[in-house]
Amino acid sequence: MKLTIFNERTQTTTAVQFKGNTVTELLNHLSINPETVIVLRKEEVITAEETLQEGEELYLLSVISGG
Amino acid sequence: MQCGKCGQPAVLVLQHGNLCKKHFLNYFEDKVFKTINRYHLIGRAENLCVATSGGKDSLTVLHLTQKYLKKYKLKATLFALAIDEGIADYREKTLSDLQEFCKKNKVKLKIVSFKDEFGLELNQAFPKFKTNTNKKPCNVCGVWRRYLLNKYAKKFGAKLIITGHNLDDEAQVILMNIFKANTKLAGRLGPISGTGEQEGFIQRVKPLYFCTEKEVRLYAYLKGFKVHFAECPYSQQGYRHHIQAMLNDFENQYAGTKQGIINSFLELLPQLKQAEPTAQIKVCKRCQELANQDVCNACKLKEAIIHG
Repeated sequence: MKLTIFNERTQTTTAVQFKGNTVTELLNHLSINPETVIVLRKEEVITAEETLQEGEELYLLSVISGG
Repeated sequence: MQCGKCGQPAVLVLQHGNLCKKHFLNYFEDKVFKTINRYHLIGRAENLCVATSGGKDSLTVLHLTQKYLKKYKLKATLFALAIDEGIADYREKTLSDLQEFCKKNKVKLKIVSFKDEFGLELNQAFPKFKTNTNKKPCNVCGVWRRYLLNKYAKKFGAKLIITGHNLDDEAQVILMNIFKANTKLAGRLGPISGTGEQEGFIQRVKPLYFCTEKEVRLYAYLKGFKVHFAECPYSQQGYRHHIQAMLNDFENQYAGTKQGIINSFLELLPQLKQAEPTAQIKVCKRCQELANQDVCNACKLKEAIIHG
């Protein structure tokens, strides 16, 4: 599955290709701890078990901030 | 995933069920208000100081304190106090968000800076104290921030300081104290900071005590608070950063770990407060603020940085 990911923390947009179809599988592929991000699809929050769609764009909101 | 209460799409999965946006916001606010009531965090204080930075935690606690006062028809006044450490590419962003938030919500905002108080911004002080004291930025920043918070809350007439510390913050400090054998300091933690009333010390309270960092971020996002992502450039040098990463790994593998640390700690807290040694509080010879010794830590650091 191919996706476009904007990561708030690194301020980067990347094209990602991975085997799987859920948010959990995507975060595993990216080595991102689910505790540290909130995943958005078109500004709506989606949860770990959500099924992803080929070609869609996701935004990773950083939970950790500050000092 | 659907909300366990109404079937709408869930925004958060908890151990005891899933919640949609509406039910998450209700759950979160209810939890904060119950914390305030259970621990009598606000009580009858007349002038409240909310310690703010412009980040998600402080904007959330500021918003909910306003909402709490309105809900319970309390006549207390409230102002926001921010400390500008002078950290380039970081603090100016969060202060900008804070100024906008305060203007929109009609909150008085006071900003005090390291530069005005100590003559140096943290960026300027860092190279000096790195050489002169071998301390890390967070060591100095923490001492000066707490000092300024107490000093200016008092100066502006506050009877109480409300902070945005969340469950993750507290769990991290509990572990840091254990790992560094600072168990004597543990009695100062909890929803109400400090071991008792002390003249010159403004009591600090933590309404977000039972809210995880993720819940706070989610609340701030769903409420539409403008929070730019900003990370202190020094934070990864701090001990806390490693504890935070470790705790998040544990939480991911064993859900409820952070809450478990807090629950265990709260059971021990009464004994820890009793065991806290009653240090004689003095007045600093330099600045006349509270001190454990003849000169307070803030003045000692300032002198070490300037004179070596």
